[in-house]
Amino acid sequence: MSEPVHRFTAKIPTWSPYVTPVELATATPEQLAAMKVTPSNKGISPYVLTLAHDPESLEVRSPLFNLIMYGKDGLPSAERELGAVGASIVNRCIYCTAVHASRFIGLTRREDVIDSIFADERAARLEPRLQAVFDFAARLSTTPIEATRDDAKKLGEAGLGALEQLDLVLSASIFGWANRLMHTLGEPVA
Amino acid sequence: MTTLIEQLTGVAPDSPLGRAFKARAEVLRLSEAAHDAVLVPRDGGGLSHGLRAALAARMCRHLGDDALAAHYLSYLAHSAELDVAALAEVNGVCGDARQDAMARHADMLTRSPREATRDDIAALKTAGVSEADIVRLAELAAFVNYQLRVVAGLKLLRDVAVP
Repeated sequence: MSEPVHRFTAKIPTWSPYVTPVELATATPEQLAAMKVTPSNKGISPYVLTLAHDPESLEVRSPLFNLIMYGKDGLPSAERELGAVGASIVNRCIYCTAVHASRFIGLTRREDVIDSIFADERAARLEPRLQAVFDFAARLSTTPIEATRDDAKKLGEAGLGALEQLDLVLSASIFGWANRLMHTLGEPVA
Repeated sequence: MTTLIEQLTGVAPDSPLGRAFKARAEVLRLSEAAHDAVLVPRDGGGLSHGLRAALAARMCRHLGDDALAAHYLSYLAHSAELDVAALAEVNGVCGDARQDAMARHADMLTRSPREATRDDIAALKTAGVSEADIVRLAELAAFVNYQLRVVAGLKLLRDVAVP
């Protein structure tokens, strides 16, 4: 029997929707196109099947998300993942946090960084560059927005160039989007 | 063509941040396409274009972004949907149970998404919001929050950038 997960973890749970996902068998051509269903790609997740209720948004969001998180140059992948984690901690999206914490660990082998964040959340103490990245992402994710010019200045002082700084704004912000879907339309279970 | 994010942040094209914008032109273009997909979709379901604009303006006001709120108010005016106009105000209600429930949900999605539970979705269903419309509403709120944070973050980078 699987139970909802309420604590931060780097072990990726299953996501269970609160609304009935679209069924592949009855999906419209527009929904199938937005889900990128092809003869060789029929394994569509419950999350994507849920978002297929709004195919126009899904169609645009998927490539935007991939470009922001996996586009070339700019902020190193691990730090984009840390930006995603910063936003997801603020919004308490257990599922997004698990996925992107595990990616951060996979890229850096730095389990200690994630352990600190899970233990102390926004009060986590990290080395200077990671601290600047994590804090800026978290402080851009609150309502009202807490990030200040001082936080932005710290990014430059930590060695982030203009493109890296832009990439951090984008990776934190796209999780302001992803968390509001993942955490509010369903729940993580394990 | 200049995208909304570029207009609202006013970054000089020949600055380091302006050059970074050029490197991420496709992100800006897709962000603009996402704006159109949630504000003026071809099939908006149970969320009219006017309701979408009113809720977007309301969410911008929660974050105190007057310029972005004004952008959505112009969409609301263009829709000429007077019945939903009150929802553009932070505490506004329009008297329609379904639309008022959607406005309350948009408030929660903007201010405290971490508090969201299964009960919030149940409340929407009780108020007569369809499952597809629940997803449409979530995408609208999620996009507007993305855009608000991109604009706010870029303004901070702009303000501290070394010319």
